[in-house]
Amino acid sequence: MSEVFALLADHTVQNVIAAAVFLGVTSGVLGSFAVLRQQSLLGDTLAHAALPGVCLGFVVAGGRQLGPILGGALFTAVLAALLMLLLTRRSRLKTDAALGIALSFFFAVGVVLLTYIQGTPNASQGGLDSFLFGQAAATLRSDLWIMAGVMVVSIALVAVFWKEFKLVTFDPTFAGAIGLPVALLDVVLTTMIALAVVIGLQMVGVVLMASMVIAPAVAARQWVKSLESMVILAAIVGIVGGVVGAGLSAVGRNLATGPLIVLAVSTLVIISILVAPGRGVLWEELKRWRDRRTLRGRQVLVMLYQLAAHHRDPSYPVERGAVDVFHGLDTRAALARLERRGLVRPVHHMPDEGQHWELTEAGLSEAERVLTDVAPEAV
Amino acid sequence: MLEDLFSNAALMIVLTGALVGVAASLVGTFLVLRRSSMLSDAISHSIVFGVVIVWLLTHEQSGPVQIVGAALTGLLTVFLTELLANTRKVKTDAAIGLVFPVLFATGVLLLNLYARDVHIDTHTVLLGEIGFVWLKTMTVAGMEVPQAVVWMTVVTLINALFVALLFKELKLATFDPELATALGFVPRLLFYGLLALTSVTAVAAFEAVGAVLFIAFVIIPPAAAYLLTDRLFAMLGIAAAIAVASSVSGYGLAVRYDVSIGGMMAVVTGGFLAAAFVLGPRYGLLAQAWSAWRQRYADEQRALLVHLFDHEATAARAEENVVSALRDHLSWKPRQAAAVLERSLAAGLVSRDGAVLELTDAGRDEARQLLEPWRRYDA
Repeated sequence: MSEVFALLADHTVQNVIAAAVFLGVTSGVLGSFAVLRQQSLLGDTLAHAALPGVCLGFVVAGGRQLGPILGGALFTAVLAALLMLLLTRRSRLKTDAALGIALSFFFAVGVVLLTYIQGTPNASQGGLDSFLFGQAAATLRSDLWIMAGVMVVSIALVAVFWKEFKLVTFDPTFAGAIGLPVALLDVVLTTMIALAVVIGLQMVGVVLMASMVIAPAVAARQWVKSLESMVILAAIVGIVGGVVGAGLSAVGRNLATGPLIVLAVSTLVIISILVAPGRGVLWEELKRWRDRRTLRGRQVLVMLYQLAAHHRDPSYPVERGAVDVFHGLDTRAALARLERRGLVRPVHHMPDEGQHWELTEAGLSEAERVLTDVAPEAV
Repeated sequence: MLEDLFSNAALMIVLTGALVGVAASLVGTFLVLRRSSMLSDAISHSIVFGVVIVWLLTHEQSGPVQIVGAALTGLLTVFLTELLANTRKVKTDAAIGLVFPVLFATGVLLLNLYARDVHIDTHTVLLGEIGFVWLKTMTVAGMEVPQAVVWMTVVTLINALFVALLFKELKLATFDPELATALGFVPRLLFYGLLALTSVTAVAAFEAVGAVLFIAFVIIPPAAAYLLTDRLFAMLGIAAAIAVASSVSGYGLAVRYDVSIGGMMAVVTGGFLAAAFVLGPRYGLLAQAWSAWRQRYADEQRALLVHLFDHEATAARAEENVVSALRDHLSWKPRQAAAVLERSLAAGLVSRDGAVLELTDAGRDEARQLLEPWRRYDA
């Protein structure tokens, strides 16, 4: 335990955890809107498009100061969003191509600027590469203030325009019909994705930020049904993923932070998709398996009932082989389950032949009940 | 003499860039037309995973094993994305954005762990080292040829063969997948083939331009070509031409400003796209503006002719068919009214006597045709 406390007392680790919390909250909250608006890949494009801005901020500030760098990143990310809008509105290119063009062109410009800066004699240029994959350990106290500022601004925006954002997300047509400025709200929401991207630069880097926008929201969506709870849960998932990933990276100092955070939140996504109550894939499989079992039991029961009805003998014994042949599969398990429920009982009809089964009183009325549900005329 | 060519560094770099561009735009054309451009983003990121795994297993950075590995990784990406989307818990775009970061992050972490201080590092993974392709050579027909050139040539030929042999089928599957299915083709299979080739191209291009710049070569030249033509064959040709031109001019610019060669080549493809977007003969901004202007011009002239025709035989003629009425009754601005009048006089549709305007026979015919088009054949 004392090792953990020693670790927590470490300045770097404190910074990293605080930064991870800011990142998780911002990207979880803003990512929820992006995912629900089916703009998941916009986060990817804007993140890559932040690279030239990082370089511009570096050139303007003359060093690796987070403020100007994030400002530059926000600027080029928004520029990329506008380019996308221009291409889809004024040319025959579709959204997917516009996303890809903005992503790769801005990234290429970023690469060119990066090599340009590396060619200039500037002592502090070494840190720029870290914005590709993030470097949690490089987080300074002063950086935290900036990240906290971005978080507060984005949460305040979401809180103030909650009603409007919600409506535009779920029913833009109706929002337009009641007079909301849908185009403006679109721009604001897109800018906010850029904000989410920008806050992740230090921790996750430009290449993998897409995941940080999408994953917490997708994980949260599995557990809850309302936007309110989704946004809050996404923030929590973001925090957990961020802290786990950044913590691992700060401890094992040789590992890039971005990939670790991405793997941490993606693990939470997989868990959520598998086990979220009611919605999870495992629950669905379980329900399907149960349904299949119930159905098989009912089929066997009804078959016995119909044979009994045909022979005008309520306790008409049927050999298991006959049941198998009729259903085309092994019904031993189904018969055993029916027996446990007291609906059928084994009888020895003829000593030379195999096991026979007949309906009990309870089985008779259960079969009638099932039939009344599905085919009343057959009772 | 041929040997001299292969040892010319500049020529080999440009040749590699051109081959990357041609091979990428051959598959990219169909991805852009199918509106799945962003799959190239997913594939090019996630093949990093495949490249690292194969490298760890065989220590081969290029060659046939890598190419097979890449094809498998590409298909794995598509398979995982579809698996995730088929649970119906996640929309397709979010599924894409969840899968590739995980594969990419795993690849980067494996590099961090097992491949420190070797020449395949995270920087190469993202940006490539096209400037050094001429360093690594292999012997082909007794000559030392850069490996990248050899493998890119092979891949370009494979892509060209695929497109040439299946041109009809690809065309049909791209533009009318339903009809293709009805005719007994399997558009999905073709699409998977296309994606496998995209992965193969990505891995062959990987050392030269890296994972992200590759996206520019896949999407941007075909997108630019799409703005210039309506014919599939022409689109393939134009895209390839743009790719080659970008490689040549990108190299020149990069050397001049001492920046990343691959990055500059990608930036130049963006320049071609911008040119096509603005100057394209039918879909370009200027062409659109020109045809909008011509449309307005024609509409104004028609309005004038119909106005004069309407009042020609009425009592209000002295008040309506005068120059000042254009301003007062049609609400045209003075300059606009003067311009329309001047053009109509010059076209011989209207004649002027002081302030009074009169339709010529040609002008009257045109007005009548506009108002009563069904009488056209009477004339």
